[in-house]
Amino acid sequence: MTPTRRQTRARVPLPLLLPAGLGLVFLVLPLVGLVVRAPWTTLPERLTEPGVLTALRLSLLTATLATVLCLLLGVPLAWLLARITFPGRRLVRALVTVPLVLPPVVGGVALLLVFGRRGLVGSWLDSTFGISLPFTTAGVVVAEAFVAMPFLVIAVEGALRGTDTRYEEAAATLGAGRWTTFRRVTLPLVAPGVAAGTVLCWARALGEFGATITFAGNFPGRTQTMPLAVYLALETDLQAAIVLSLILLIVSVGILAGLRDRWIA
Amino acid sequence: MRRPSSILAALAAAALLLAAGCGADAGGEPAAGGGASSAAVSGDVTVLAAASLTESFKQIGKDFEADNPGTKVTFSFAGSSALATQINQGAPADLFAAASPATMKTVTDAGNGDGEPVTFVKNQLVIATAKGNPKGISGLSDLTKPGVKVALCAEQVPCGAAAKKALDAANVKLTPVTLEQDVKAALSKVKLGEVDAALVYRTDAKAAAADVDGLEFPESADAINDYPVVVLKDAPNKSAAQAFAGYLASEKAKAVLTAAGFQAP
Repeated sequence: MTPTRRQTRARVPLPLLLPAGLGLVFLVLPLVGLVVRAPWTTLPERLTEPGVLTALRLSLLTATLATVLCLLLGVPLAWLLARITFPGRRLVRALVTVPLVLPPVVGGVALLLVFGRRGLVGSWLDSTFGISLPFTTAGVVVAEAFVAMPFLVIAVEGALRGTDTRYEEAAATLGAGRWTTFRRVTLPLVAPGVAAGTVLCWARALGEFGATITFAGNFPGRTQTMPLAVYLALETDLQAAIVLSLILLIVSVGILAGLRDRWIA
Repeated sequence: MRRPSSILAALAAAALLLAAGCGADAGGEPAAGGGASSAAVSGDVTVLAAASLTESFKQIGKDFEADNPGTKVTFSFAGSSALATQINQGAPADLFAAASPATMKTVTDAGNGDGEPVTFVKNQLVIATAKGNPKGISGLSDLTKPGVKVALCAEQVPCGAAAKKALDAANVKLTPVTLEQDVKAALSKVKLGEVDAALVYRTDAKAAAADVDGLEFPESADAINDYPVVVLKDAPNKSAAQAFAGYLASEKAKAVLTAAGFQAP
């Protein structure tokens, strides 16, 4: 660790290296805690408990559906914010980030006030179509999408603003309409940004707890996702909670690492 | 740095004087605190208490501070099991009041209690419905009617364990739409109109009497919850914690607890 050795080896300035190392330790240490305290001897029987797989399957399903919903709505929204000048654009941009600053539990209450049985939209949905979102798997998807969408919108908008608009202009001069330009030119250009946003969005949806338990409730097989199962296991059985957390962690990191290699290459 | 700190010290001294003055006034009228609390205790007392004790403990804390000048009671209200986990993981606190002996046992079994827990009140379940009971629910069996949505507490928390006991005693097979993480969450689902009924403690229904009706049912006698309290082994302020635990048996505190709907042990 002498200065000379560091200089010859990596030439990383100390004012960057030190905080970077601390930052990494800070992020990784809690994971180490989970791994160290995991009940490895009873792990196999805990893994095969019926509730575990059900919650994991539901988590993966709802996070994926929520991400699809976010892509369908979020990419066009990001395009609008990046490409179209309209009055109040700054305000809209700020509003998009509201779910980021809102405590998720508050987000869940807000969703109930809108989509609940007595909610602004929910009461109409209930009386007209007999649809009620709270306490359903669809409700979980809605809660997760609400919390996760800003991650996608911000990532895609950033990518869009970073691209050279001359490609789009060239497409326009060659006779392509805006929709065609968007599909054939813009979207391929920002594909890495969309991919990054999708990953962030999916990861956030997978870990979502507060809005889900508030809006969709907690019922095994229907609305109990992994984070909810972890929280309730924590009430009585710390070891079970650690196992559940590890499973969620391993599966999500595995999927993200797999996708990342494919997308970046 | 010197000046502001001396100003702060002066302010603190003034605040103390004020608090002492108030205390003397309050102590003058009833003096119902009992002999136990008159032994001069002072300083901060941190009380971890079950969510269902929120309203009554806040009042008792105020009374205690008034009768014991120089003390300051700080509360942390949450699900009993979550609090027990916090204590067993080393959270600094003086006193623990749980909503069930089983939860208390996890703390005393881990050697974190100082002496035996003492039961200071009992609580019973009621059926909470929307104001005016629009679905005409008259007993546990009505909760299984089609079109009646019910929220229960998860079995891992005391109110859920009590609900299961009561339902088993009544031989009622009930499929709730959600298993909430604590009694207040279950109650808020009734308040918001998302469910038609929930099994909550009588005290919680009483505290929310403006929004919900509490319906007594006979089977709740089979699921009475004892509330034990214990001074913690690592209490930073053990003398004040003991004084507060003793204060719970005072006439003044009993009156507050009874008014809230608790029963004497």
